[in-house]
Amino acid sequence: MNTIATADIEALERDLATRIAGATDDAALESERVAALGKKGAVSELMKGLGAMTPDERKVMGPALNGLKERVTQAIAARRAVLREAELTRRLEQERVDVTLPVRPSGLETGRIHPVSQVIDEITAIFADLGFAIAEGPDIETDYYNFTALNFPVGHPAREMHDTFFFNPKEDGERMLLRTHTSPVQIRTMETQKPPIRVVIPGRTYRFDSDQTHTPMFHQVEGLVLDEESTVGTLKWVLEEFCKAFFEVDQVRMRFRPSFFPFTEPSMEVDIQCDRSGSEIRFGAGDDWLEILGCGMVHPNVIRHGGLDPDKVQGFAWGMGIDRIAMLKYGMPDLRAFFDADIRWLNHYGFRPLDLPSLARGLTL
Amino acid sequence: MKFTLSWLKEHLDTIATVDGLADKLTMIGLEVEGIEDLTRDFAPFRIAHVVSAEPHPNADRLRVCMVDAGDGDPVQVVCGAPNARAGMKGVFAPAGTHVPGTGVDLKKGVIRGVESNGMLLSERELGLSDDHDGIVDLPDDAPVGTPYADYAGLDDPVIDIAVTPNRPDALGVSGVARDLAAAGEGKAIEHPVEPVKGEGACPVTVTLDFGDTEPLCPAFGLRLVRGVRNGPSPEWLQRRLRSVGLRPINALVDITNFITYDRCRPLHVFDAAKVSGNLVVRRARDGEEILALDGKTYTLDPEICVIADDRGIESLAGIMGGEESGCTEETVDVLIESALWEPLNIAHTGRRLGVQSDARHRFERGVDPAFMIPGLELATRMVLDLCGGTPSEIFVAGEVPQPATVIDFPVAEVKRLSGIDPSVSDVTRILEDLGFACKPHRTEGSVVVSVPTWRPDVAIKADLVEEVVRIIGVDRVPVTPLRRSPGSQRPVLTTLQTRTRGAKRALAARGMVEAVTWSFISARQAEAFGGGKPELILANPIAADMSDMRPSLLPGLIAAAQRNADRGFDDLAVFEVGQVYRGDGPTEQDTAAAGLRRGTAGVSGGGRHWSGKAGPVSTFDAKADAFALLESLGLSTDKVQVTADAPAWFHPGRSGAIRQGPKTVIGAFGEIHPRVLEELDVSGPLVGFEIILEAIPVPKARATKTRPPLALSDLQPVRRDFAFVLDRAVEAAAVLRAAQGADRKLIAGVSVFDRFESAALGADKKSLAIEVTLQPTEKTLTDEEIDATAGKIVAAVEKATGGTLRA
Repeated sequence: MNTIATADIEALERDLATRIAGATDDAALESERVAALGKKGAVSELMKGLGAMTPDERKVMGPALNGLKERVTQAIAARRAVLREAELTRRLEQERVDVTLPVRPSGLETGRIHPVSQVIDEITAIFADLGFAIAEGPDIETDYYNFTALNFPVGHPAREMHDTFFFNPKEDGERMLLRTHTSPVQIRTMETQKPPIRVVIPGRTYRFDSDQTHTPMFHQVEGLVLDEESTVGTLKWVLEEFCKAFFEVDQVRMRFRPSFFPFTEPSMEVDIQCDRSGSEIRFGAGDDWLEILGCGMVHPNVIRHGGLDPDKVQGFAWGMGIDRIAMLKYGMPDLRAFFDADIRWLNHYGFRPLDLPSLARGLTL
Repeated sequence: MKFTLSWLKEHLDTIATVDGLADKLTMIGLEVEGIEDLTRDFAPFRIAHVVSAEPHPNADRLRVCMVDAGDGDPVQVVCGAPNARAGMKGVFAPAGTHVPGTGVDLKKGVIRGVESNGMLLSERELGLSDDHDGIVDLPDDAPVGTPYADYAGLDDPVIDIAVTPNRPDALGVSGVARDLAAAGEGKAIEHPVEPVKGEGACPVTVTLDFGDTEPLCPAFGLRLVRGVRNGPSPEWLQRRLRSVGLRPINALVDITNFITYDRCRPLHVFDAAKVSGNLVVRRARDGEEILALDGKTYTLDPEICVIADDRGIESLAGIMGGEESGCTEETVDVLIESALWEPLNIAHTGRRLGVQSDARHRFERGVDPAFMIPGLELATRMVLDLCGGTPSEIFVAGEVPQPATVIDFPVAEVKRLSGIDPSVSDVTRILEDLGFACKPHRTEGSVVVSVPTWRPDVAIKADLVEEVVRIIGVDRVPVTPLRRSPGSQRPVLTTLQTRTRGAKRALAARGMVEAVTWSFISARQAEAFGGGKPELILANPIAADMSDMRPSLLPGLIAAAQRNADRGFDDLAVFEVGQVYRGDGPTEQDTAAAGLRRGTAGVSGGGRHWSGKAGPVSTFDAKADAFALLESLGLSTDKVQVTADAPAWFHPGRSGAIRQGPKTVIGAFGEIHPRVLEELDVSGPLVGFEIILEAIPVPKARATKTRPPLALSDLQPVRRDFAFVLDRAVEAAAVLRAAQGADRKLIAGVSVFDRFESAALGADKKSLAIEVTLQPTEKTLTDEEIDATAGKIVAAVEKATGGTLRA
């Protein structure tokens, strides 16, 4: 048995180190491992020789060969780690995508809520906070609910202020109509609820009219308060609170002008102070007055038609155009576009699906 | 209603400015719509002397003038007017002023090399007329430096007020003055009317002849004035009429128009020579005609009240006189009429004939009956003053009504309704200033109020409260917070309102855009969607294609989609939540939620995209929208059934009705029927759905909000797949139902994961593959147990569908 020279071990180690370092992928490295440490590998072969050695030789060569095996094993592991790292880097590089490519927008981005719906939700949020419920009624009405019960005398010129859409007369001569205001719901509410009544009534209304600021169909919101104590003073408070909240300003100046509506007495029209000098209307500033609503104390005859006693029950009502206040707040120039369903208009003036108005977060983001 | 400041001051002694008066008018309910104040507009324009006018060195038609506007320091002006000459007097606008007639702001400039510092104005540039032949050429004695408006008598602002229909008294300047005086803006000047003594009876008599029909004329006064010299009225009267937009005609006619505006007393004058016999006030006969003063011929019927003589109809009572008997400059004998008319009939006639006139405007609102005779006396006086002549006595037919409304008025009503608390004496003073008579009532704090004859609108206590509050001023009403009513923590929305709001947000979150379309659609659209009921057709639609109340939201959305497609937006998803009509009763209006997808606008987006091109929208996009909506409204969609019997406007093979139980139809979805697209002249592909929100059952109210306990199993669920070969017509729902029913306790879910047709399966056959999830609750399932359940599933499906398990 030949004695193994230490020099041979060193040469082998140098040779193996070169070959391990030269392995460029996992497979090559594995074959180097087999060539060195496999059953018939160079290091294993040398290890087999230990058995034939003298104890003294073994004492020297044992640690030397074990050291060799361990260093080769480590070198392979280190090389493997390097190769894996390089492989991962290469894979990651290959997997690179162009993150600037556009994604398909989701429904939450493309969906829109119509300004009329949004403004109704804003109005609801404000009046719910003031303790009002929301009431509704039918679009197709009788003459009684739309006019007579609201103290429009038959044939009176006040009826002419409302250009009414009629249906053909029935056999009994009754002629249904499209409500010209949301006020019929005042009567319907009184017929079904007892005071105190606090309701707001949004809905579609119809008049025979068409130009930039009038359409044959439009939206109104009506308010009705009936109790034993509400006065013109309370009416002023409610409308001021509403206007501040709706136009989202700390202060508003409002001007109450005596006017005439058959269903209220006293009656008033309300102007709101604003600044129209720029391209946008600003509320709570300036010295222009803009008419925004009509109101008054509910007429005794209307209270009577609702089945209540006007000497015991009193209160106020008001009505305004939802589309109109939407135009004022959000700056749409033409009412007709509200009902044209032009996708460009809806995308521009519409609101995002989850943009639900609340007083807690502010009506408008 | 227009009047000038000087006219107002005939009836109101005041030192207030026009702006002060205007503010007060608005605040007492006579809203000022405009003030036309030429003094203001013309303030910078002064009378100027053209010192010299030399030819322009570089332009034949221009002259270089030196103009002195009174400050002794002439400025150079380049002028192109042919009449510009040295020595003349004109109207000078210096640089920096606004020229009202042309809307131009003058700047200092250089015209063809010569500096110009302003402009000599023409009448057109002043906005006074269309005359632009030359600059204003004033007489030599025109005072240089004086504002032109003052010189020309244009210093009388015109105030235009909007008078509400309840206030006929404010349709006369004297009535406006009364209101202002009551509101503290001066003292009303009374002009009592002195009766004019007549000579002899009026030779023309009047009969009110309504037979046994409703009388339309309570009283009629008539007087003849003989020997008048009619002609143009005096300058002051012409100017007054012109200032309020009326055209002077001749003195007799101008007097009637003046008194109409001055006292809200419309009158009429007939040329007596053209009246034949006596006058009869009666209903017109069917087919009678009149050529009115507006030059139009009106055909009449017995609903219309007329004044006739032996020849025929001479006047449309209370609205407009006839051309034939009108007064001209040749008129010598004039009949003056002052009458009262039934307001409703005047309104009705005016509306039907489409005639608007100052008389109609006042009579239909109700003029002061007590002024009928004084108005006639006043007119007589003016005729005598302006045209001379000899008056007859007055002939009166009928009886002048004497309304005497008396209201017991507890003054505390003012506080009860308004919140202001004026004293009894304040209230009394205000009412008396407005012409009401007040007497103390036996009850302390109450007043007996007599309403003046010119206030037909005041009848009850609340009307008096309004009078007091508007004169004190609504701005003086203290603001009082509304007391919260108890229980306002409860929800304020009804179930339907909550559903309406929720539906909009849910559909928008699916990428759909909310539209609001007309409630009325065309007859063709309505009929294509099950509408067209006679009681839902408007008698007076605003346009022919807006005649029918919509039975469905889909036709409006389809038309909207087509309009957008025509503008180049082919792919879109729109929805509407709104009312649809089954009938004209209050319970026959429903709230529908409908959505429509066009082109490739599917749920995950439309159009071409690098990640994959979207295909055409399909029935299942619409079904997904409908189901998402129902889920969002709290209706679990595994509780609804879909049947293949959607309404006729859907593709019969690609649509479904959504039901809960056999009777309740909640809505439908599907592809729009190709024939409907053709009828409506629109293109597809179009899929849509419509849900009636009221049809969704309302869940029973629960005592608590607690949810049922959550039962979770630690045991692994087991999934098994089965594929069946079925007849093509077998519905997936039948397979799912059968599989689910095979073991209700163990089977936690069944889903369809594959479906295909191929020739290998046989004609009219399909393969449907389902995945069944078994969820053990007590112990892990053994293979035998799983196999047994699988056997039950296969048997159940085969039995229910006639299909076979695919080998």
